Amino acid sequence: MKNNNFTNLQLFSLVALRWLIAWHFLYEGLIKIGNPAWTARNYLASAEWLFSGFFRSVALNDTLMQVVDFMNIWGLVLIGVGLFLGFMSKYASYAGILLLLLYYIAHPPLFGNDLVPLEGSYIIVNKNLIEAAALAVVALFPTSHIIGLERLIRKIK
Amino acid sequence: MSVNRRDVLKGLASLPFMGMLGWAYYKKHSIDNEVKNRILEELKIKAKAPSATGSMSGGILRLGIIGPGGRGRDLMRAAGYAEPQWIEEAKKGLEANNNDKRLETFLGQENLNIRFTAVCDVFDIHADRAMAAAKTDDNTPKRYRRYQDLLNDPNVDAVIIATPDHWHAPIAIDAIKAGKHVYVEKCMTHKVKETFLLRDTALQYPGIKFQVGHQHRQTLSFLTAIDIVEKNILGHISLIEASTNRNDDVGAWQYDIHPEATPQTVDWQQFLGDAKNIPFNAEHLFRWRKWWAYGTGLSGDLLTHDFDRINCILNMGIPQSVFASGGIYTHNDGREVPDVMQVAMEYPEFETGSSQEKGKEKGMTFLYSATLGNQFWRPTKLMGHDATLELGNTLTVFPDPNSTRYKELIQAGTISPDTPMYSYDPSVKGVDGVTSATAKYFAQKGLLYTYRDGKAVDSTHLHIREWVSAIRNNTKLSCGINEGFEEAVSAHMATLSLKTGRKVIWDKNAGKIAIPGMDNADLDEIIVQSGQPI
Repeated sequence: MKNNNFTNLQLFSLVALRWLIAWHFLYEGLIKIGNPAWTARNYLASAEWLFSGFFRSVALNDTLMQVVDFMNIWGLVLIGVGLFLGFMSKYASYAGILLLLLYYIAHPPLFGNDLVPLEGSYIIVNKNLIEAAALAVVALFPTSHIIGLERLIRKIK
Repeated sequence: MSVNRRDVLKGLASLPFMGMLGWAYYKKHSIDNEVKNRILEELKIKAKAPSATGSMSGGILRLGIIGPGGRGRDLMRAAGYAEPQWIEEAKKGLEANNNDKRLETFLGQENLNIRFTAVCDVFDIHADRAMAAAKTDDNTPKRYRRYQDLLNDPNVDAVIIATPDHWHAPIAIDAIKAGKHVYVEKCMTHKVKETFLLRDTALQYPGIKFQVGHQHRQTLSFLTAIDIVEKNILGHISLIEASTNRNDDVGAWQYDIHPEATPQTVDWQQFLGDAKNIPFNAEHLFRWRKWWAYGTGLSGDLLTHDFDRINCILNMGIPQSVFASGGIYTHNDGREVPDVMQVAMEYPEFETGSSQEKGKEKGMTFLYSATLGNQFWRPTKLMGHDATLELGNTLTVFPDPNSTRYKELIQAGTISPDTPMYSYDPSVKGVDGVTSATAKYFAQKGLLYTYRDGKAVDSTHLHIREWVSAIRNNTKLSCGINEGFEEAVSAHMATLSLKTGRKVIWDKNAGKIAIPGMDNADLDEIIVQSGQPI
């Protein structure tokens, strides 16, 4: 076990980062479950940049939109739960990065792309990108085997 | 390895935090729901489903198309018949751009079980194109050069009239008398006298199904808007703003002139009809909307859209008075009709309900503002004492800061004047009670189509379907002769005001248009008089 590689402060920071991201993902998933009218359709329909054509064609396809909405909502929930519990957190992190990058490329804050009103100011870098990078840290500096279900699973095995 | 107490603690350390999230979620969800339910409970708006328009089965309905130039071919497509040339273009469009949904929408349309058995146009090329669109294995349409001959064809049950405006009424009147059902484009008529004549004729033949081509009557959000007004959510509406903003040549009726249009390929006298006799002029033929002799200008061409959109919600009818002004400021190319125009229609007796003491509020102005030299989007707004309704394909209601009805809700912070309290987008399932700034942005975006069961549908197709169903199943029409009469009279009042510089009055008791100080004037003469606006 590599649990001694981190100082206590490092461990605390990494676990805090994991849980904060977990909180965010899980809440985003739950709030969408709580609102049956929620759909990513408008987000995709108004997509910009290189992949806008692809996202828009998805938005116009009812069946595909149902699949996308389902996968998005339950993806958010499962990633959140995985990171919180410390169960399969590596996979959860990579899945989370993938989702965030998809959100990013649909609406990247590039020059001239400011159709959607924002609560802050961004150019090239936005919170989706930062959260994806933070998840890379969570994936590459795992803590679930120290604080998390993975610790118990290893012990039981 | 054995599991000790420390492992269990560290293994499950996240549980209290997950519990916290669960609590926070529950709390937030209940607060939001309470607010949403309080608003929805207060408003009780029902997102209305359209009434069913009946089955398309039974015998084939045989249609004639009169005037399949630009809009006429759109109508044929909406009825299920596209020319091969258009299908090719749509296919190429799709290859070039994935978002080009013309073909998909066309192919996805319901089969209305009709055939175009007859085609009439003064221009050979237009007629040929329509014939190609109409041809099927079991039907070769017949070409007519005179509409009178088409109306005598026993193989035609109903006609679609998409000619220039000055031909709408004469053809519609003859068609009704010939026993043919009529779908006529807007503006329903070109002049005043024929408006009355057409109404009287249509009322004399109640068996004839008569529909005016205001397809937005099919738009789902408008049906919901009717409910909003009926429930007095807006309070007393004192002002309505509607507008047209276009900034391109096609939008200013500068259509292409077909190079093959010559006195040999065009029946010029037939085109002119009752218009002043002038030598063949291809620009007049293709850009007829720019001259009073054939078109109705911004009043009949675009104001009518907005007038009827509001009339289908409020049923306010013909205004008591109209004042209009405008000029040719963006396309000074020899045209006679204005390209910038403002119209104020007064309804001093208008009432839909009030939240204040009785008698305080009464009357409304409908303001129409148009320019063909700028396309900044100005939403249609119904402005009431309690709230403002922004109307498009989506629908958004903002509470007014000084509303009487919502005073307590605003004070309690449940609703805020700068955030919509109700938003309806028929493209998504369900309804949002409270919406965010982002949702507001999306709600404002207009879309091309209307929706049925969450699916995009061409509203013209639905409008034609409604007419076909009325013929087959005797179902109701949404834009019949009375609606068309109100639309046409109001548009002509605007033109008369524009051209005389005077306020034009609707004498409700006498049922006629009057211009104070010009009692003996020939109104039709004023309408067709050539020359630029005052």
